[in-house]
Amino acid sequence: MLRNYETVFILNPVLSDEQTKEAVSKFSDHLTSNGAEIVASESWGLKKLAYPIQKKKSGFYFLVEFKGEATLTSTLEVILKRDERVMRFLTVALDKDAMAYAAKRRDKLNKSKATK
Amino acid sequence: MASNSEIRFLTPLSIDTGKQKKYCRFKKLGIQYIDYKDGDFLMKFLNEQGKILPRRITGTSLKFQRKVAQSVKRARHVAVLPYVTDLMK
Repeated sequence: MLRNYETVFILNPVLSDEQTKEAVSKFSDHLTSNGAEIVASESWGLKKLAYPIQKKKSGFYFLVEFKGEATLTSTLEVILKRDERVMRFLTVALDKDAMAYAAKRRDKLNKSKATK
Repeated sequence: MASNSEIRFLTPLSIDTGKQKKYCRFKKLGIQYIDYKDGDFLMKFLNEQGKILPRRITGTSLKFQRKVAQSVKRARHVAVLPYVTDLMK
């Protein structure tokens, strides 16, 4: 059954721009090659953490919203867990209210980008 | 006799003694989904130490209190909110 999911992961801040890009594309490639459709992806950039993780006070946040099979999330989580560049991750299934919220949030972001 | 200093008013003062009724802000504003990525918003449901406030204080309905709690816990996991702090605000 196809469902909508949202994954947030925090990458190590000591990585270079290229390494972060490479890591992000690795995960999104895994999604697309396994029959998932990436609805939206969002980079929050370097953000301060509320508490230190692995003795680091900031992290590179990245958000992916995708539509795919339920089994895909478990394989994605295995990949995220094995990757040493990922400090933290969270996958959430989106219900219909969450979907509406996500769409609204995306619209807002796009608008604010357009005005800039 | 002179100590009779009781103040008396001709017309009763209009002091509002009734407490303001608490309400569930999600029901009132029609919010359906509580985002765990929005740390500033979730901060309204936490005390100074970062603990979740009971709904007897915030006035949130049970349905949404459960959602608030879920979102706060998710936010803590992704380091948007702290697990423990002092003087958060």
